Amino acid sequence: MRRIPLIGGTVVCAALALSLSACGGDDGGGSAGGAGAAALDGRGPITFVTGKDRSGNLQKQVDAWNSEHPKEQVRVIELPDEPNDQRQQMIQNATTKSDAYSVLNLDVVWTAEFAANRWLTELPKDRIDLSKMLPATITTGQYRGRLYAVPSTSDAGMLYYREDLLKKAGIAEPPKTYDEMWDDCAKVRKLPGAKDIDCFFTEVNKTESMTISAVEAIGSAGGSIIGEDGRPALNTPQAKQGVEFLVKAKKEHMPKEAVTLDTEGGRRYFQSGKLVFQRQWPYQYALANSDDGSSKVAGKFAVAPLPGPDGPGVSNLGGHNLAISAFAENKATSLDFIRYLTGEQAQRDNLLATSQAPTIAALYDDPEMVKKFPYLPVLKKAITNAEPRPVAVKYGDVTAAIQGEMYDAVTGKKPVDQALSDLQAKLRPLTAQ
Amino acid sequence: MTAIETPSAAGAPAADAPRRRGRDAQGTRRLAALLLSPTLLVLALVIGYPVLAGFRESLYARGEGLDAQGFVVEGDRFVGLDNYTAIFRGDRADAFWNAFSNTTFFTLTTVVLETLIGVAMALIMHQAFRGRAIVRAGILVPWAIPTAISGLLWRWIFQADGAANAVLRQQILWTADGFPAKMAVVVAEVWKTSPFIGLLVLAGLQMIPRDVYEAARVDGAGPVQQFFRITLPLVKPALLVAVLFRMLDVLRMFDLPAVLIGVNQKSVETLTMIAWFEASNLRYGSAAAYATVLFLYIALIAYLFVKLLGADIIGEARRRSSRQSSRRSRRARKKAA
Repeated sequence: MRRIPLIGGTVVCAALALSLSACGGDDGGGSAGGAGAAALDGRGPITFVTGKDRSGNLQKQVDAWNSEHPKEQVRVIELPDEPNDQRQQMIQNATTKSDAYSVLNLDVVWTAEFAANRWLTELPKDRIDLSKMLPATITTGQYRGRLYAVPSTSDAGMLYYREDLLKKAGIAEPPKTYDEMWDDCAKVRKLPGAKDIDCFFTEVNKTESMTISAVEAIGSAGGSIIGEDGRPALNTPQAKQGVEFLVKAKKEHMPKEAVTLDTEGGRRYFQSGKLVFQRQWPYQYALANSDDGSSKVAGKFAVAPLPGPDGPGVSNLGGHNLAISAFAENKATSLDFIRYLTGEQAQRDNLLATSQAPTIAALYDDPEMVKKFPYLPVLKKAITNAEPRPVAVKYGDVTAAIQGEMYDAVTGKKPVDQALSDLQAKLRPLTAQ
Repeated sequence: MTAIETPSAAGAPAADAPRRRGRDAQGTRRLAALLLSPTLLVLALVIGYPVLAGFRESLYARGEGLDAQGFVVEGDRFVGLDNYTAIFRGDRADAFWNAFSNTTFFTLTTVVLETLIGVAMALIMHQAFRGRAIVRAGILVPWAIPTAISGLLWRWIFQADGAANAVLRQQILWTADGFPAKMAVVVAEVWKTSPFIGLLVLAGLQMIPRDVYEAARVDGAGPVQQFFRITLPLVKPALLVAVLFRMLDVLRMFDLPAVLIGVNQKSVETLTMIAWFEASNLRYGSAAAYATVLFLYIALIAYLFVKLLGADIIGEARRRSSRQSSRRSRRARKKAA
C-alpha cells in the first residue's frame, strides 16, 4: 500500500549507487541549459503505457511498428479507464524507480507534476519535428521552457447548437456572445412545442469538469485563474465576470439537474432534444449524429466556437502527450517510437479510427478529413485560441480547490466575491515557487 | 449422567497432584507458544509491521518546495508530530471535522437501520414456510454484489431522471454535493449490508433450542414476550458481534460514497477519503497521519463497544467454560466427600 513509496525511498541510495547514470546524469544535463537534454541512448524492447485502447487502432499501429523493428519491440501496457488511476499507477512506478514503463501517455495537466518530480526525461527539441503541430498543444508538453512530452492528441470544447430550431426561429448564425445566446433561447422558446426546452449547459458538477468550465468562463472574460507570473489572479474583474456568467447560466438557463450531469449525462441530455446550446467535447459529434435511434437530434445540430461576453469565447485545452519515463531503458528507441506515433501518418490513421483530435495542424485543413469530420475547422480555431488549465506541480490540490469554491459559488452557497477571495487564498500557497 | 461421571474421574487426581500440574502447565504453555509462533510471526509481518511502518511514515514529510530549476526538492525530512498538528489547523481542520462527523453520522445511522432491518430479515428467514430457500437467497443477494457495482447501480437509481425520483415523484438531486447525497449513501449502504446482520443473527437464531419456546408457550407467553424475553437475549452475542463488525466496517467506508457520489464531495467525504486524497497528491506522511488518527478512532469505538455492551464473544465463551468446569469440580468434590 502506501508503504511502497518509502521502501522505494530507502532503496534510492542503493539504486543510485548501483545502477546506470540515469538520475545523476539527467539532473546535470537537464537543468543546465535545456537545449542539451541528456543523451537518449539505448535500443531494444520498450513498453508503451496508456489508458484503454477502445478502438484497437493503437494495437494495429504498434503491430506495424513491431514488424518493422524486430529488435525494438513495443509492448502495450493498458492501465485502468479512470485518468486518476492511470496517474496513480504511473506515479507508483516512478517512485519505485522501476524501468517497467518506457513511454508514458500523459494527460496534458500532469506534465508539470511529472516533470518537477524528475519522473520524465527531457526531450531534445531539435530531434522532434514540432513545427507542424498546433502551438497551443506544444505548450502543454513543456515545463519551465523545457520540453518533456510530445502532444499526440488534443481536445477542446465547442458550442453544439440546434441548427433546426435556430433556423425555425429565424436566426441565421450561431451566437457569438452570451447575450446573443440568451436572446436566441428566448426566440426558440416562442416556437410551438418548445416552451420548456432548456437553453444552455456546461458541466458544473464537482469534478475536473468544473475546473474546465471555470477556466473557459474566466478565460472568455479575458482573465485567467493563474496569471502570467505564476500567481493566482482571481482578484481581477475578469475573473469575477467569468464566474458570474457561470452563476447566472446555472440559475437561469441550465437544466435543473445541471449539477448532477457529467460529460455523458450532458450528452444524453442534448441527444434527448431538451437543449438548445451545449458546451461539449468533439467526441459527441459522431454519437449525437448516429441514426440508430439513440439520438433524437441526429442531423439537426451543428457546432460553433464558444461564445464569450463580448465576442468569441475561449475554450479549454484537453488531450494527451507522450513522454519518456526517467527510469526507462532504451530511450533512443522510445524517442523513435514517440516520433512514429505523433507523426502525420499515424495521427491521420488515428483520427479516422478513433475521431480523436490530432495535433498536426495540416490535418484540420485536409479536405478528406473535413468531409468526414465537418467540425474540424471549428475545432482548430478552438484549440488555437484555447486557454490551458493552470500549470501547477500540485495540480491535484489546485483543481480540488477550484472545484470546491466554484461549486459553492455556482450553487449559491457562497457569494461570488467570497468564493473568489477564498480560492485566491487557497491557491497562493499551492502555487508558491 | 455422564456430566457427573466424567468430572469425578477428572476430580479424583486433583487432590494429589498440584506439583505435577504446575510442571505440566509450564510444558503445555511452552508447546502452545511453539505451535502459535508461526501464526504470530505472520500476524507481526502482515499487521504489526504495516501499522508501525505507517506510523513511522506519518512522522516524515517529503517533496516540499521547488528548487531554482523548478524541480521538487528530494528527500525525506523528519517532522515529528507536524503532520498530526496540521490536521487540526485552519482549513484542514474544517475538512477533518467535516469528514469526522460524516464518518460518525454514517456509522450511527447505517448501523442502527441495518440492525433493525437485519434482525427482521433473520426472523423472516428463520420461519418455516414454502419458498423459504428463495426468500433466503433473495435477501442475501445485495451482500453478494461487490460494493463498487452496487454503488454504480444506486448511482443510476439516484440520477435526476432515475428510478428514485420517478417513484417519489420528486426532483431531488441526489448525486449532487449536498444533504440528499448523504441520504443516498445511507440507503445504498443499508441495502447492501443489512443481509450481513441478517445472516449472523439467523445463525444465532438457529442455535436457540426449540423446547425453550415450547416451555414459554406452555407458560402462556405471547409472541412479543417470546421475542423480548427469549429470542433477543439468546441471540444477543451473535447480534453484538455482527454490529461490531459492521461498525468497524462503516468507520473505514470509502468505496460506496466514492463511486455513488464521487471523491472530494464535502457532504459524503469520510476520513479514509481524506487519507486517500493526501496519498494521491503525494503527501504520504500526511496520509499516514490521517490513517493513524482513524485507526485510533476505530480502536476507541471498538473498545467502548466491547466494554459497554460486553460484545466479546471469545471472552464470554472462555468465562462460561471456566465457570462450568469450576462448577463441575465443586460438584465432584462434594460428591467425593
